[in-house]
Amino acid sequence: MTNTIKHKVREFVETSFLFREGREGLADGQSLLAEGLIDSTGILELVSFIEAEFGIIVEDQEIVPENLDSVNQIAAYVAGKTSGITAVAV
Amino acid sequence: MCGIAGYYRLPVAPEESRPLLQRMIGTLAHRGPDGNGTYIDGDVGLAHSRLSIIDVEGGRQPLCNEDGSVWITFNGEIFNYVELREELIARGHVFKTRSDTEVIVHLYEERGPDCVELLNGDFAFAIWDRNRQRLMLARDRAGVRPIYYAERDGALAFASEVKALLEVPGVEAEVDPIALDQMFTFWFPLAPRTPFKDISELPPAHVLIASTHGVTTRRYWDFTYPDAAQDRPVSAAEEARLTEEVRTLLLDAVRIRLRADVPIGAYLSGGLDSSITTAAIREFVPEQLHSFSVAFETAEYDESVFQEEMVAALGLRHSVTVCRDEDIAGILPELIQHTERPIMRTAPAPMMLLSRLVRENGTKVVMTGEGADEVFAGYDVFKEAKVRRFCAAQPGSRLRPLLLRKLYPYMPRMQGQSQRYLEAFFGGQASLDDPLYSHLPRFRTSSAAKGFFSADLRASIGDYDAVADLRDRLPADFTRWHPLSQSQYLESAYLLPGYILSSQGDRVGMANAVEGRFPFLDHRLIELAARIPPRLKLKGLTEKHILRRSIEDLLPEGIAKRTKQPYRAPESRAFLRSRVGAAVLDHMSPANVEAAGYFDSTLVQKLVTKCDKLSSTGFRDNLAFVGILSTQVWHETFVNGLTGKRGMAVARQMMNDWRSGTSAATPGSP
Repeated sequence: MTNTIKHKVREFVETSFLFREGREGLADGQSLLAEGLIDSTGILELVSFIEAEFGIIVEDQEIVPENLDSVNQIAAYVAGKTSGITAVAV
Repeated sequence: MCGIAGYYRLPVAPEESRPLLQRMIGTLAHRGPDGNGTYIDGDVGLAHSRLSIIDVEGGRQPLCNEDGSVWITFNGEIFNYVELREELIARGHVFKTRSDTEVIVHLYEERGPDCVELLNGDFAFAIWDRNRQRLMLARDRAGVRPIYYAERDGALAFASEVKALLEVPGVEAEVDPIALDQMFTFWFPLAPRTPFKDISELPPAHVLIASTHGVTTRRYWDFTYPDAAQDRPVSAAEEARLTEEVRTLLLDAVRIRLRADVPIGAYLSGGLDSSITTAAIREFVPEQLHSFSVAFETAEYDESVFQEEMVAALGLRHSVTVCRDEDIAGILPELIQHTERPIMRTAPAPMMLLSRLVRENGTKVVMTGEGADEVFAGYDVFKEAKVRRFCAAQPGSRLRPLLLRKLYPYMPRMQGQSQRYLEAFFGGQASLDDPLYSHLPRFRTSSAAKGFFSADLRASIGDYDAVADLRDRLPADFTRWHPLSQSQYLESAYLLPGYILSSQGDRVGMANAVEGRFPFLDHRLIELAARIPPRLKLKGLTEKHILRRSIEDLLPEGIAKRTKQPYRAPESRAFLRSRVGAAVLDHMSPANVEAAGYFDSTLVQKLVTKCDKLSSTGFRDNLAFVGILSTQVWHETFVNGLTGKRGMAVARQMMNDWRSGTSAATPGSP
């Protein structure tokens, strides 16, 4: 399950953000902010993607780098939400 | 307004010199459709195409002094020519015309190249001094009027626009990779660099001297500010005195800019600045004033409501051009012919529709509010930097970052943004003592588009660092200035001439032979505003505070208190959502992108697909989209083709068609 989520997240990140940098790869733990891959529009695109793809609602207070700043963090956040576990506390 | 061209020590056969000058100046006929002239002295040539505004009958150029030893070709206006002329006559000079051009000639006789220091105006000119066998080029302080030059084997050719230089044998259009890197960082190349390899721009406030000793350039003026250490609280009395000084000087700047022998119109955006200039004109001109505006089909960009408020308040005769998405797409190829450089935003496109509207209404000159945001601190980047510094001073504060949300009230996406991410975007990475602190977020966001550069382009750019290059060019006393003054300098000395006054100013106006006049860029006003304490310009988060106070009685309250809304236009969607766009988009096809070689075609296709798929597009993607598309159009217009200028052949054909329709042009030389 988590691997499927991670695969989908990775695919989204690659097509939506990564292509700008023209890189071959981005490690799953690498920070999107630190790499300059995500901007204010990008974060909204990411949230829209998560809500549409996984059928969950991303609460305002959950839109924080601790939840969404790497492929691993996004996948863990989505897995937590879909399994009913509370997301990382803010 | 006019076009100028010419050369110095160019090895050209005597029988070919006049045809060459005619070809050069012919490419600039749009700048000066009212006639042209040439002057030849051995291997030196001057040419001029004229838009007659002052001394319509007598102002033909090139013209000379009493004994024919000093010749000039001049583009622009000297607004204090009336006073200078009186002084020169009192000192014994004999004038043949009433034109402002002749004032420069006689001033040059007295002072040589230092004559520029006495000129209040927007100018680019060349003077051939026969006695000294010396050519001088000069450009106004703010960089309103352009001048480009190319040196080849000891010869020098110059012109108002690059397209005239491309007529000179040995001058070819080839891309400068470093310029592309700079444009995808700052939105313009750092002068004297241009997108064309080995073709230079004379930077604003510079003179160039070409003689047998070689070619030298020097700066004669710069934006400068008091040391931050002098910053202090301002008493109410002092604020009142400065407010009155601003008002007096601003009105005088408008008054002398009304000098013309043809009617003057006004651009009206609906914002504070053009409302001020329009209202100020009414203080001097009793007749009904003709104003001109762009309206947008899309509400997000449209300011019609505010324009109409001013029209009603001042009883203006008003004309509007409505800009639709397809207009932006449709005009892009013609626009790039005029800007002669890629554009990172589409905002110049509606300005070209606006100058067309002015021209169709028979007006040659318009007053505009350009420069007020630089001189009196109106831009969002100033507020943004202030808030960022405020937050960075207390990193632990939970309340300070809440101010970030107040920065972009007109951008829905910013309003919907999570607080923590806002902090991340505006925060931390930049060091507070970096001289470019205020502009680093913009440079970083713009630079993201460099990810699309092809491997070849990256290789030719190498490890060049545009931001470091800019840092190295800053004036020696820059670090002593107040942070607001520092950001004002970056806007005034760089973005203003590099983009606002050129791609979005002179070029789009001159495309339709319309001259802009900018009271806020009167150097007396610039120098006064620079001395005014920063706290009176950006007061709290209220921009242009002292300017608002100085003219509040001239404007309706709703306009005088209005918060700045930056002038913007639809970006990628203009091309993706309109029928006209499809033809223009072909420039971004894989085949064309690969042929030009600047960008990675696979990545470009992903970008186009993404922009097409999503309902709206963010800043970074839009900037990449417009930057790449306009670079492709630039390449096709200037570089491509067998002769090195296939696009120029098309441009020339259009010019010929246009000229044959207006046979009033009178070629010939004095």
